[in-house]
Amino acid sequence: MRFEDEPAPGDPFRILPGHFSPGRFERVLRAGKFAVSAELSPPDSADPEEVYSRARVFDGYVDAINATDGSGANCHMSSVGVCALLTRKGYSTVMQVSCRDRNRLAIQGDVLGAAAMGVANVMCLTGDGVQAGDHPMAKPVFDLDAVSLVSTVKMMRDEGHFQSGRRLTTPPRLFIGASDNPFVPPLEYRVERLAKKIAAGAQFIQTQYCFDVPRLKQYMTRVRDLGLHEKAFIIVGTGPLASANAARWIRDNVPGIYIPDDVIKRLEGVTKPRLEGRKLCMEIIQEIRQVEGVSGVHVMAYRQEESVAELVDASGVLEGRVPWYPGLIENTNVKRAAG
Amino acid sequence: MYIVRRWSVRNARLLEATYDAFERFLVAMHPLWNAIGYSRLERPVAAVEKWVKSFFFDCQMCGQCSLSSTGMSCPMNCPKQLRNGPCGGVRANGNCEVKPEMRCVWVEAWEGSRRMKNGDAIHSVQAAVDFSLAGRSYWLVTARERYEQQHALKETRA
Repeated sequence: MRFEDEPAPGDPFRILPGHFSPGRFERVLRAGKFAVSAELSPPDSADPEEVYSRARVFDGYVDAINATDGSGANCHMSSVGVCALLTRKGYSTVMQVSCRDRNRLAIQGDVLGAAAMGVANVMCLTGDGVQAGDHPMAKPVFDLDAVSLVSTVKMMRDEGHFQSGRRLTTPPRLFIGASDNPFVPPLEYRVERLAKKIAAGAQFIQTQYCFDVPRLKQYMTRVRDLGLHEKAFIIVGTGPLASANAARWIRDNVPGIYIPDDVIKRLEGVTKPRLEGRKLCMEIIQEIRQVEGVSGVHVMAYRQEESVAELVDASGVLEGRVPWYPGLIENTNVKRAAG
Repeated sequence: MYIVRRWSVRNARLLEATYDAFERFLVAMHPLWNAIGYSRLERPVAAVEKWVKSFFFDCQMCGQCSLSSTGMSCPMNCPKQLRNGPCGGVRANGNCEVKPEMRCVWVEAWEGSRRMKNGDAIHSVQAAVDFSLAGRSYWLVTARERYEQQHALKETRA
């Protein structure tokens, strides 16, 4: 999929009226397409090729690539670094910013730097506690929380100054995102908290893994009651589980991932759990597609990134659309048969 | 103390009413505080405030109290010091991601807020914490600011 005013790869898009960023992701969402984003797990390496090879597996199937910021409190290449590399090739990136590791000075500096390097989307999150990761001896920062981080980025963009009040000569043109977890307590408060993030300035929301579609539907009913799906694009996260044991381990060790017992039971009862996990994920993607008010899906296929293309293809959610990628044949709008 | 702080959330409505009365007293006494001098009062009042609020809420003296908007559950006891609601790591049993034996401060806050008269204040966006205010008396700030607000309001009405 190419836009009429498609810039050279790596160059910014013209910002259309009513848009906030010079990026492809906002264009796709505002055009009313069901968007697909995927999570790239950053390498433990200083080799740019490792970033590019991890991005290539998504080519033609995703509208944006999320670069995680020390997810699970494990140390990897920074999201700024990953995004800077990917934007050079023209990829649309979502830079995740966690409040765990940096204070407001560092974060505001990174937001400016990232925007200067072509990053058009940031996703603000709290961040997992350091006890969950590979550096439990680290000092947790949490100078800002996710909501005040959203407000801060919005302030920089719309009012053109730092929190201190000092002016920016050129404000960052960003599409601002936040995360949400509809699947953990206090369930009744989750949508209200989402409303707060949107009031603070979040324009798109990427959720934690969804393995419980009925719970998502309840959440989305409340979201629609409050009209929040009209104020922000809701993109629901999901991903393939490798086995029942892996699912149990994730549930017990990774903060905030809710996996119902019947999902684990389903993976236990089969001879090829990995295949079943992917089938389950594909079904969930299709179900998510049907929920009113959902604008896209965010696929987090940790250590199974190569499966994303197949999952998205098999689910048919792109309806024959081929998202832009660096190798997309120039001047043609390739169409894939609807899956 | 953990037990007392959970009692405070269960009795958020009572504490809300008590604090409202206390705040009216603080504001009404502004001329006296002003005569003595706010800076002179800062240390003794902050000490009393710390003692009282530590007992009831495990107060951390952030200097910008938000208890009235957080169901009487102090958000500075959240290991991530979140001021705008729970993180996504809350355990299925409602306990904290970082301290598994502790109830999530925000699960408590939500419950407390539902008991309060002005509990919907939990929906308003809180600004980032100003760490330069740590240790300062919030009571004195409130006394002066509310008095000045009320005074300004009366002047515009008159």
